[in-house]
Amino acid sequence: MAARRSQERTGPTRSTDQRAGIPPTRYPVERFTLDNGLRVVLTPDRSAPVVGVAVLYDVGIRSEPEGRTGFAHLFEHLMFQGSENLEKLAHFRHVQGAGGSFNGSTHLDYTDYYETLPSNALERALFLEADRMRGPRLTEENLRNQVDVVKEEIRVNVLNRPYGGFPWLTLPPVMFDTFPNAHDGYGSFTDLESATVADATDFFRRYYASGNAVLAVSGDLDVDEAVTLVQRHFGDVPHRPAPSRPDFTEPDLTAERRETYADRLAPLPAVAAAWRVPDPIADFAAYLPYVVLAEVLTDGEASRLVERLVQRDRTATGLSGYLGFMGDPFDVRDPTALLLEAHLPPGGDVDKVLRTVDEEVDRLATDGLPAEELARTQARMATHLLRDTDAVLGRALRMAVLEQQRDDPGLLNDLPRLVGEVTEEQVRAAAATLRPERRASIEVVPGGAK
Amino acid sequence: MTAETVRTLPPLGPNRPLSVPPQAERRLTNGLTVIAVRRPAVPLVELRLWMPFGRADLARGALLSQTLLSGTATMTSVQIAAELQRVGGGFSAGLDPDRLMVSGAGLVTGLDRMLELLAEVLTGATYPDTEVATEADRLVDRVQVAQSQPAHLARAALLRRIYGRHPYAVQTPEVEQIRSVTAASLRRLHADRVHPAGAVLVLVGDVHPERALDTAERMLGGWKGDGHPVDLPDAPPLRPGSLLLVDRPDSVQSSLRVALPAVGRTHPDHAALQLANLLFGGYFSSRWVENIREDKGYTYGPHSVVEHSVAGSVLVAAAEVATEVTGPALLETTYELGRLASVPPKPDELEQARRYALGSLQLGTSTQAGLASLTSAYAGNGLRLDYLAEYSAQLTKVTVEDVAQVAARYLAPARGVVVVLGDAALIADQLGVLTPVETAEST
Repeated sequence: MAARRSQERTGPTRSTDQRAGIPPTRYPVERFTLDNGLRVVLTPDRSAPVVGVAVLYDVGIRSEPEGRTGFAHLFEHLMFQGSENLEKLAHFRHVQGAGGSFNGSTHLDYTDYYETLPSNALERALFLEADRMRGPRLTEENLRNQVDVVKEEIRVNVLNRPYGGFPWLTLPPVMFDTFPNAHDGYGSFTDLESATVADATDFFRRYYASGNAVLAVSGDLDVDEAVTLVQRHFGDVPHRPAPSRPDFTEPDLTAERRETYADRLAPLPAVAAAWRVPDPIADFAAYLPYVVLAEVLTDGEASRLVERLVQRDRTATGLSGYLGFMGDPFDVRDPTALLLEAHLPPGGDVDKVLRTVDEEVDRLATDGLPAEELARTQARMATHLLRDTDAVLGRALRMAVLEQQRDDPGLLNDLPRLVGEVTEEQVRAAAATLRPERRASIEVVPGGAK
Repeated sequence: MTAETVRTLPPLGPNRPLSVPPQAERRLTNGLTVIAVRRPAVPLVELRLWMPFGRADLARGALLSQTLLSGTATMTSVQIAAELQRVGGGFSAGLDPDRLMVSGAGLVTGLDRMLELLAEVLTGATYPDTEVATEADRLVDRVQVAQSQPAHLARAALLRRIYGRHPYAVQTPEVEQIRSVTAASLRRLHADRVHPAGAVLVLVGDVHPERALDTAERMLGGWKGDGHPVDLPDAPPLRPGSLLLVDRPDSVQSSLRVALPAVGRTHPDHAALQLANLLFGGYFSSRWVENIREDKGYTYGPHSVVEHSVAGSVLVAAAEVATEVTGPALLETTYELGRLASVPPKPDELEQARRYALGSLQLGTSTQAGLASLTSAYAGNGLRLDYLAEYSAQLTKVTVEDVAQVAARYLAPARGVVVVLGDAALIADQLGVLTPVETAEST
């Protein structure tokens, strides 16, 4: 349970006042490793007849080779195009024909594949994942088809809309100098069109190894039965070791970096700023205060920056703050950042917004924050964390990534409490590091098109 | 490489039947219906409150939803937000053509407080001048950004085409309309329309249903105001005609939309139409997706869905396709609709869709948030969660003949209203060889 804190009141009196204690969850965790190196996490919960199945491979955008931007994501698509015993389209039909849903997604440090289904389809899902872990069908026809599909995905999400790729694709090249951290993870059309079946075969052999993967299963399962099923389907996936992970570290900034670009479809200005934060894995205790800091600054109308910039100064119309370029604080390795994103009114002054951010961050670092303000932010964060884990699939995905990156899937149960234990001094100290000279920012100049 | 062994797909295990969670319902003396559902999985409670809001002035309604939480006689917007945060809570308010909706979630230990704060704004929102002015500016900005989004522009054009002079035809206010809204008019609109009569509050989570109802009654019993029923005319029947091409110069994709007739959840054709929609484009393993994405590579995420509103239902199919294949994409779309409307599906194709529909019900009811949204949506159609069992039974009974019949009745391309938003200079000729085209400027 969270440590008790003294209370302050800002609003009218209330009849049933107690500061909401931050409740823990107690999802059980079973971990084991198959002879082929596949790490497995089981977390049973029989409260609803559904299961979540997640397979993560420890390869993401940062690992794709130069000249092949977007390849990790393109390869994710190819993993759905049939495998040893499954024709093209079979995966989709077998999951949905069992009442389930599927997807996959490509992140900076990993790629996930997942299903959520009625629990009577658990063995089917394990069969499907094991089959493509043994080998997808990589053909020229499927590759060309999925290059076309990915190009349409990029057009929908980036090229045909305002603020496309802002800031997750547009800020990393300002902040980082090396290809793994700085390049466009969706990929250039030229690189995507240059991709070959041989590239895909090589990528699979190198990264999609049993020893480089984690399987997590959550929900309506019996642990002994699930162990038997996992053994049955994954036990004979050939052993291949995990490749050694390259060093992606980069030095912190020592001088401010600032870029602008015109977005022909954007009607209004916007800006995103980022500061490097401590290593989320190696120095979790130092990292966590930044996760809280982002919420203190931007979570809701009562947060520092929303109150100041949106309500009082009216120099911004929308604000968000988060850890990690893809918005998830607990699924990313070093190097990563705290980001602030602001959307401005017509003719808005980006410099003024950044100066005000500096001022407010400075005030937080200097004057600190009332216990009441920290406690309410932490209570809201607990709600968000608990809500995310209510869905069996969210739990499987989260535990899989915690296993892969930290060997600690049970950390999921502790996150609300650990967030609640961050102290005022730690938040202040974190705020003190958000200096302009460590900041990278990117400004969107509206292109005037309607 | 491994030696390939032939492995066969494991059969499905026995199905666990759909179970409806414990719930309770009460109609308070002020006319508010409260439904509480127990799902104790995580120590949270989900809240959904909707109030009938049909025919409200669009700009005023939109701005009211953005300022409902902006202050009361005793609390500022920051205090309201801070007090909600203290119990892990947060509210957001939104508007659709039928309803004003307040949604939120928080730690279940804070349910009393969340409801107390909800009552505070429902009975005492003051719409302070400064906050209203700020939110009006923000709303104007958001409308401008929406107007640069192709999906928004295509939807707006489709709604105008479908609904003509019906109130559903326009669902986004004009900038000038927003600017002319006064704080006083929001106070009047609140007094006229933010009423418990006819409203439904849904609470789902780690609650004891009867006790949650008691809490709701205690906190919201003092919310007064009689609703005067506001009737929306029935939505007009679709009027198929020329394809409407909305010009968006330099667009790198075309937004293809097809509207088709549909029926509500209580209509006898509902279950069969849901399955027919799945076969066409309602899930990934549908004919449309397998054709224009997995075979042809024209698009990323084509999808079709039956949308239910108070005044009528409509089936909308949507795809963003590459500019150079806009004509071919329309051709395949028309082909797949026509094939389903003309030739009965194969039994195994229907079984696959049926299992998907039944499984989706199990997945959708397995979280607090999913249950809350479903309970609230059902209540909007006068239904309760026990409808799940009835709907499941209907899905189970649908035959190949039923699907063929509803497909001919609702999914025939001859009945469709088609709108395409894209670069007219590049796509008008592609479309013109397939169907008569009428071109409009983007607004």
